[in-house]
Amino acid sequence: MKRIALVGSPNAGKTTLFNALTGLRAKTGNYPGVTVDRRQGRLVVEGETIELTDLPGTYSLHAISEDEAIAVRVLKGELEGEPAPDGVVIVADATTLERSLPMIAEVLLLGRPTLLALTMVDELKARGGDIDLFKLQGALGVPVIGVVGNRGLGVGDLRDRLPEPEQWSPAKELPEGDTESRFAWADRLLERVTRHPLSESTLTRRLDNFLLHPFFGGLAFLAFVTFFFQAIFTWAGPAMDFFAGAMDGLAEATQATLPSGWFTNLLADGVIRGVGAVFVFIPQIALLFALILFFEASGYMARAAFVVDRMMGWIGLEGRCFIALLSSYACAVPGVMATRSIPSPKDRLATILVAPFATCSARLPVYALLIAAFIPADKVLGPITWQGLTLMGLYLLGALSAVVFAAIFKRGMLRGASLPFYLELPPYRFPSFTSLGLQVWRRVKMFISRAGRVILTGSIVLWFLLHFPANDPPAGMSEGEGQAWVIEQSYGADLGRALEPVFKPLGYDWRINVGLVGSFAARELMVSTLAQVYAYEGNGDQEYAGMSERITTPDPATGEAPVSLATGLSLMVFFVYAMLCISTLAVVRRETNSWRWPLFMLGYMSVVAWLAAFVTYRIAL
Amino acid sequence: MNPPVGTLTLADLRRFGVARVQRVVGEGSTAERLRELGFTPGTEVCFVRQAPLAGPIVVSLRGYQLCIRTSEALLVEVVSPGDMQGSPSTRLRGYQPDDEERTA
Repeated sequence: MKRIALVGSPNAGKTTLFNALTGLRAKTGNYPGVTVDRRQGRLVVEGETIELTDLPGTYSLHAISEDEAIAVRVLKGELEGEPAPDGVVIVADATTLERSLPMIAEVLLLGRPTLLALTMVDELKARGGDIDLFKLQGALGVPVIGVVGNRGLGVGDLRDRLPEPEQWSPAKELPEGDTESRFAWADRLLERVTRHPLSESTLTRRLDNFLLHPFFGGLAFLAFVTFFFQAIFTWAGPAMDFFAGAMDGLAEATQATLPSGWFTNLLADGVIRGVGAVFVFIPQIALLFALILFFEASGYMARAAFVVDRMMGWIGLEGRCFIALLSSYACAVPGVMATRSIPSPKDRLATILVAPFATCSARLPVYALLIAAFIPADKVLGPITWQGLTLMGLYLLGALSAVVFAAIFKRGMLRGASLPFYLELPPYRFPSFTSLGLQVWRRVKMFISRAGRVILTGSIVLWFLLHFPANDPPAGMSEGEGQAWVIEQSYGADLGRALEPVFKPLGYDWRINVGLVGSFAARELMVSTLAQVYAYEGNGDQEYAGMSERITTPDPATGEAPVSLATGLSLMVFFVYAMLCISTLAVVRRETNSWRWPLFMLGYMSVVAWLAAFVTYRIAL
Repeated sequence: MNPPVGTLTLADLRRFGVARVQRVVGEGSTAERLRELGFTPGTEVCFVRQAPLAGPIVVSLRGYQLCIRTSEALLVEVVSPGDMQGSPSTRLRGYQPDDEERTA
């Protein structure tokens, strides 16, 4: 087997080429101890197996970030348990050779068998440029192959060369010394091999004049944000409903076919709905990454970061953090996964830590219930109602809190030397859909294999908590009463009662505490758990109206409503801040490679949620 | 680390439109990265645009466009193009060798 590494700067088309060579056979993993993607794939050429590694993009071999450091260590064979690769393929954009040749020289100086794959040769030609590849090959010594990754041109030639790295001719004529002398060497070399210089990309210039215009560019950015938001919020909806519906149907079918008993219920409600809780994220994650990768590959994402960088700078973050925060409004799970495009580990961590404050779609059912129960539907002004204003207030509170806490983290524990901010604005390009599809597929696979296990385990544990030890209601009870009885006897109820001293100051009794325990699997489960606790039977359209009536109607025995206004308001604020989502914790664990940060997150968000809800309760009482 | 008064940096580029790099100040990893991105002495740098509210700037050099913040731009000292001789890198704009010269 031959081990070959792909190295090159960001935007050079490295991943597109990797995908064209390996297709579905590639796997994404992690390098030990760091959160850097390890992309590897195998291909067989003329009987020889080749293991291809797509190294993180780097502008130089003097690494300044974690992922660059990994690329350099792999190239030099310094990674533990991994000898240096048998061959190195440098991937360089033919239109920016003037900048990348010095780094090519650096890689060649390592002395490994090396091949240079020049990408975007079609674009070079379209912009009037012409480079003599034979002369370049002659000057560098190593084989040079021109490719167009997204259309597969030249990929076959490259593939045929991969089995025999030892036959790639050695490099020659290399510059020694510092960066400056390498650039001088590159300039001289390019003079010799350039038949015709390329002109500026007029399409890019024209598009930028509009998309980055001080006024129209702002509008374009707003349109982009609206589109993005709308897409992940609504387009993923039908697919998510489909998964949820399919799983519900399967769960019901299981209950109908198998003999009734706790095991059947575990299978139906715990396992199948637990798997459903994992699956329901897939459409959103797939769509989000499809959009992010599309805008990234087309060149707009870097521009969006440029437009918004100033504002993100005020809170100590940078432009690239914006998309992750925006995505978190649909769901913090894909939002946290989207932080991978942020190069600075500190900015990335700060973004992850505040992402759950964004009002995700799972909070909406809870807000809808509480608002319907406690906020009058009266009009304030025109079509604006108190209910609408309250919902807006909750959104704003979440957004403001994310900003404030990001600023606090960046000025506090995540302060200190961060990476220099620079961002290449590549020409606008049309992305390769095959390559995008493969990348989305790998993301989804990674989510299922890593976060999926924790979510599934968590759902099953919560099911046990809410259904054991007694799961056989006495005869004569209606279904709703039976469910309420089971929950009342459950470990979850014990937990709810045990939590009473903690939540009493916020106005919550053990029933609401059980709801909070249930909402740990997913926030929206608060509504269905409460419905079970209060033995409310009803579903579909009447659920919110009926439930809100149920929890606000005074008990004839005591004359008190199950949930008071002050408790309702306190709950709303609690849901703005509380880290009630094992899926997010699982994904943060996966993205930060330790339990430390998810636990910290759970801790600080719980404290903030408790304090904020306490203040709200006291004021409202 | 602000440069001495009177020294021009990339942060002033907007006023000139085009300038040549004199040097990148400092030895740290940020300065070294700026050199590796192509800000070597004599390199021609063109102002392209600036984000609203005194945001980051986009410059073009060595055939590509780069967006940097003012804090990084202050590290790159420049001179106006006439003040420096013998500079390479005019490939992107202006320099058009004719084909006969090439084939000769």
